[in-house]
Parts: sequence; structure tokens; C-alpha cells
Amino acid sequence: MSGLRPVIVGAGPAGIRAAERLVAAGLRPTVVDEAARWGGQIYRQPPDGGFTRPKSALYGFEAGKADAVHQAMAAIRDRVDYKPRTLAWNCEDRALDLLGDGVSETLPFSHLILATGATDRVLPFPGWTLPGVFTLGGSQVALKFQGCAVGRRVAFLGTGPLLYLVAYQYLKAGVAVAGVFDTAPFDGQLRAAPGMLRDPATLAKGLLFVGWLRAHGVPIHNNVRPLRAEGTERVEALVWSRNGREERTVCDAVAFGLNLRSETQLADLAGCRFRFNEMDRAWLPERDAAGRSSVPGVYIAGDGGGIAGADAAELGGERAALALLEDAGLPVEADRVAVLDRRLARVAAFRRALSAAFPFPEDWASSIADDTMVCRCEGVSAGTLRAVATSGQAREINRAKALTRAGMGRCQGRMCGAATTELLARALNAGPGDVGRLRAQPPIKPLPVAAGRPSDEAAS
Amino acid sequence: MREILDCDVAIVGGGIVGGSAALFLRRMGLSVTLLERDWCGAKASGVNFGGVRRQGRPLEQLPLSQRAHAIWGRLPELIGTDAEYIRSGHLKLARSAPDLQALIDYRERSAGFGLDLEIVEGEAFRRRFPALGDRALGGSLCPEDGHANPRLVSPAFARAAAALGAVVREQTPVDRVERDDAGRFVLLSGEGLEVRATHLLNTAGAWSRRVADAFGEPVPLVSLHPNMAVTEPLPRFLDVNIGVEGGGVYGRQVPRGNMVVGGGRGFALDPDRARPQRDAMLSLMHDAAELFPQIRHAHVIRCWTGVEGYTPDRNPVIGPSRTTPNLFHAFGFSGAGFQIGPAVGEALAELIRDGRSSAPLDAFRIDRFPPTTITTP
Repeated sequence: MSGLRPVIVGAGPAGIRAAERLVAAGLRPTVVDEAARWGGQIYRQPPDGGFTRPKSALYGFEAGKADAVHQAMAAIRDRVDYKPRTLAWNCEDRALDLLGDGVSETLPFSHLILATGATDRVLPFPGWTLPGVFTLGGSQVALKFQGCAVGRRVAFLGTGPLLYLVAYQYLKAGVAVAGVFDTAPFDGQLRAAPGMLRDPATLAKGLLFVGWLRAHGVPIHNNVRPLRAEGTERVEALVWSRNGREERTVCDAVAFGLNLRSETQLADLAGCRFRFNEMDRAWLPERDAAGRSSVPGVYIAGDGGGIAGADAAELGGERAALALLEDAGLPVEADRVAVLDRRLARVAAFRRALSAAFPFPEDWASSIADDTMVCRCEGVSAGTLRAVATSGQAREINRAKALTRAGMGRCQGRMCGAATTELLARALNAGPGDVGRLRAQPPIKPLPVAAGRPSDEAAS
Repeated sequence: MREILDCDVAIVGGGIVGGSAALFLRRMGLSVTLLERDWCGAKASGVNFGGVRRQGRPLEQLPLSQRAHAIWGRLPELIGTDAEYIRSGHLKLARSAPDLQALIDYRERSAGFGLDLEIVEGEAFRRRFPALGDRALGGSLCPEDGHANPRLVSPAFARAAAALGAVVREQTPVDRVERDDAGRFVLLSGEGLEVRATHLLNTAGAWSRRVADAFGEPVPLVSLHPNMAVTEPLPRFLDVNIGVEGGGVYGRQVPRGNMVVGGGRGFALDPDRARPQRDAMLSLMHDAAELFPQIRHAHVIRCWTGVEGYTPDRNPVIGPSRTTPNLFHAFGFSGAGFQIGPAVGEALAELIRDGRSSAPLDAFRIDRFPPTTITTP
């Protein structure tokens, strides 16, 4: 129907709910996703064939939701153009450039819903580049997708809901959990409880994880600061401190992350206006309550526009699709819009509660030693970044990148950007919102040279 | 409260030309204020390919280029860093017999300038440059040309000038520029800063028209955007900086192993910003992999572009304004200002101090473009 060419990037909870709503309205969206199967990071499915672990084992308490999201996509499979294993590496002139099977193709869109999700926020500590140190998300992918653990005895370090979830999933899978080391103070989590009560299910789930871990003898420590990961060939122990006391926990792997960071590069390339978000300590694409970005016809749904978790992503995905339909002049059910708007309004309060419960360790940037590697791709240390800031050479992150190479490597700042921002801000005695943001450049992820093609002129 | 700075020379634009002019003026003892809208060396001077190349330039540029060559040899002394500058050699490839002949002709025409070009072809070429295999018939090698890291070089000139006492103001756009009754220049940045100067240097790169406009000077300048890409680090296979006769792709491998390649054009997002263009990126990857099969299985980790000012004849404008005494221009380097930039800065300093430059600048006079022929886009 119509000349609409809606494209959705991401087949997680937000992308799938968006697609479902567009299909219900008679549209045929294209769904582009990097993974081999739909579900996103949170509800990632095991590869086809051979992997037969039941959803209850894979997702624990979330199995019902995971199953519902998976089923939703399965139900509309024939009515969407689904492009798995496909990277959207560029957005230019209202078209995406997609890489699938080593070939690049250009896909024009009339409307674009970006449901690009998030990755771990990483704040380096000494030893974090040792083999055996993984991000929380990476550890979860290993378990859910590859059916293996990152170690035999794993220490879980950082903060955020994912910290407890992944520890729980590992323990459930039969892996020894050396402990959960939360940088957040416990009283913060108590303080946040009233906010969490707005979403009792999430609160209950969190308490369940914690209770379950404790019941299984897993030590849970709050207000922890990592001192270093020790080891020669790979991690042998995590050394940490609490209230000034140093402790050492033997482990052969560390899974760490401090909440999540939104994947915003496509929104940037699409021309969306960004604003610094104090809660996420990150620049995020501006969006209205329905997910409309500053660019007409471009919508942001789920964690890619600010971290709020999978349930909020489902709501946001559907709401963005309804906004798209409204903007295209198609009929929408006002009642449904009202229901979603009400629920999404509660998400904002929940976001605040989450942020209070798992606060950012504000002392990180001042405590991290000069010789700690911050940008792994280019080998840039904390000291190098501090030096360009304190010498007056760089008062802004793109300048620091130009002078030090931080953020210039394979990850293009996706992994090291948050840490670089915090370090610069601290060195300049400024806030993380005062040092600018890394500009996205295509390709947003490494692109095989072999995907190149002769220019049209040469071909004709 | 408005801050008022009084100086001999005001410079608009802190790229490699403005930054080096500031440095050489300070070394001559003149007082300097340099105003940069962005960060010094953050535009074309800092994001170009990084080739430091004399070979292939029009002959009229070679005297300046030779002077620049000497300056590049003194970088640590002048700006406190070698900025990853390497005299690796620049090899210009010929992929056909006429192209090889063109290289031979250029070598003859440029013989008096000291480039020491060497034509290598056939079996000798393949022996000497095994990494290039049979993808060229031969090439012309300029042994002392090379490459450097533009992100480090260009800011360092302004920084060195500041260390010698130049007033360098970054994030400081010039909103108004005019002359007072005494013929001195008055530059205003917002409400807070006023700069008064006897001389004014317009080294604002692709944005030089804005300054020239203020003095009724028609400027034939358009903005173009070189398309560049860099791969992940690879085992070293290439020492020399590579160009191809007739244009197309160019490439260099940095000591870290990343291969930097360029070719084609990006596009303008607005007058100030540009971005790589999809077809240009893909065809650059294709063409680069054809020339350098060593990168065929690598990934491109980043593409980028910049905003460069081009003139109709691809030579820069360097020298006095035709409308306004004590105003000097240096812009329009047409994608080739990086190597020559420091010598242009030095020549501008001489122009101001002595009224003339020891390097011939006649070819770069602005009045070679009659005002009536200039169409502004």
C-alpha cells in the first residue's frame, strides 16, 4: 500500500514491536538487523541448529517476555522484508547503506525507525585489557548465543541491572560466580526503591536476582572500587577495595560494565539534533515523547535514545510506529496511543530511579592511574588524555581525538568514548556535557574493503 | 566590557598557513593576533591526506615548495614536534605509456628545482617496489618527499607562535572587519573582542571569501571535499607515499600499519561541514584494493573529508589585495596546501616586513582573475 518505504534498524524489542504495529496498519517495513536471528541483545536467540536450551534456561524470569517478542516477529515474518546479518553502516540523503553477505546496497527510506539499542559503558581499570576480562554484555552474548561461559569462575563487576541479571544467568547455567562487585552504594538502591515501585515487576525481579544469588552463596559487595585485574596469561584475580580496605578475589574471568550507553551513530548520520542527557551522561538524539527525532520521518525507539530497558523499548517501538503512521496521515487507534503514552510517562520516573539506584562512580575519572589504557585500539592511556587537556591543547573531545588518536581506531569511540569524555571533563574541571561529543563518521563499524565497487561512471 | 588588542598584524584563520605566518612574524619581532573560528589546524590543514609532496606541483609553485621542504626538515626546532613526518619518498605511478611519458616530461621540466626525480620502470621498478607488482609500468620517485600527520603538524604551528608571544584566540569567529579612518584594520568578534592591526592576513582557507568580501574583493573560490579512508593496521608493505599520474587514488601506510587512501569527493552538509559520500567511499575502496591488493581483506575503520578552497586554475592566491592596502591573502590551495603552507606563512611574513618576498609570488597574484570573470556560487 501507498508509496511508503519504512525501514527499521534493529530487531530487538523496540524494532519488533515497531514492525508489528506497521504491519498491522498494512505497511511492509524492512527490518535490518546485525544479528543472525531476531530478539536483540536482551532476547538474543541461540544460533539455528544444535542449540536446544529452552527459553527458561536462556532468559530466566524473562522467558515469557522473550518468547512473546520472538513470537511477535515470527507472526509477521512474511509481511516484512527481514534482513538479518546486515549492518547499516551509513545514512545519507534519506537512504541507508547496508552490508550483508559482504555486499553493500543502498536502501532508500520514506521513514526510518532507529531501534539500535545499546552496548556496555566501559570505564577502564588497571588490567582490564587482560584476556579473561569481558564486558557484561559480551559475557551474556557468549552464554546466550555461543552457549559457553567466559570463565569457570567469574567475577561480576560494575553497576546496573545487567550486573545482577548476567550473574544470575551464569549461576543458573552452572558457572561458579566468584562474587558480584557493585560500585553503587547499597543505600542508593534503597533510596531508589520508591521510584522502582512505579514498576513493581522490575523491582521484584531485581530483588529476586539478588535474593537468588545470595541464597546460592554468591557474595554481593556494594560500594566497591576495582583496583586491578591480576594475572599473567589471563585473569587470575580481581583486586578491589571497599571503604579503603583492599581485598583479592580469585577468578579466571571478570565480566564488567557500568550500565549501558546508547548506540547513536546512525541518528547522528541521519542529521538528528543531539542534546546532552545528564542522567545517561551522554549525548542523545532529541526525541519527543512518541520518539520523533528532530528530522522529519526519523524516529528513535528503545535504548538507542536513552537507557530505559527492554520493557520500555517494547513500548517505545510501538509508539514510534504509531507516530510514523500519524505523520503519514494513516489512521491510528487513539486509545492505544493514550495507553502507550501513559506507560511511557512512567518510564521516565523509572529511568530516574534506575539512575539513582546504580549511580555513576563520579570518582572514577580522578582515581584512574595515568598508565591505564583507555583507548585500546590506538593504545592511548589516561595520562596522555589528561596531558592534552591540562596543557590547554584540547578542551573538547574531537580535538583530543585528533591530538592523541583516542577514539580513532576500530571502535571509533564506541567503547572508549564515555571514558574519554569523563577523563577530559575531570581534567578540565568541567562536566561531561561540556567537552563536546565525538562526531559519527561512516562507516559506523568497520567495513570490509572488499565491499567496494567501481564507480558508476567507470561502469557505464 | 570589550577587550581591545592592538597589534602589527591580525591573522584570520589558524590553519597551517596562518599558524606558520604567525610563527615567522613573531620570529621577526612583529606583534601578532591570530583569530581562529574553530580550533587551530582543525579544518583542511588538519584533516588532509598528509602527503608532504613537491613532485607533481606546477613549476611556478616549486620555489615556494622547495623553501617549504627546508622548513619541514626543521620541524622539531620550529614547532617542537616531528609530527610523524617521514621523508619516505613520493612515488608517482604510471599505469600507461603516455602516463610514463608525462612523468618523464615533468622530470625534465622541473630539472632545475632540485627535486632529484628518478624514473624507475620495467624490471627495475618491480624489483625495487615489489609491493606494487605489475600494477604500474613504472613511476617517478621524489626521494625526499614524504608524509606526516596533519592533525599534529598544523595545530603545532599556531602553538609555537603562541609560545613566542603571538596572541592566539580559538573559537573566535570574526564577525566584522573594516578599516578605520587611519587605514588600520578593526576586527570584531562578538561584543567582547576588538582587534586593531596595521596589517591583515586573510588565511581563512575555504572561508577566505568572507574576509575578502568585506573589502569588495571578488574571490574565485569554491569548496571541494577530498574523500579519504583508513584501514585497520596491517603488516608493513609500503614505505613510499603513492600517487598516480592522472589522478585517481593515492595512498600511504603509516608506521602503525594503517593504510590511508584517498580519492573522489565527499559532499557538503553546509558551508562549514562535509561528509564522505557513499559512492565515493565504495569506489575508493575498490580502486585502492586494485592498486594495493594487500588491503583487500582488511577493513576500513573510518572515512572522512574536509572543506578545501579551490581556484579555477588550481593555483593559490598569495599576495596583496588589489582593493585594500596592507591586506594580504593566502588561500585557494586547491587541495595541495599542506606541504607548501609553512613557506607561504614565511613569505607572508616577509611581505609584511619587507614589502616583498624572497620567493617569486607573481603567479599567485589575485589580479590574474579579472573581477568580471569571477562568478560567485
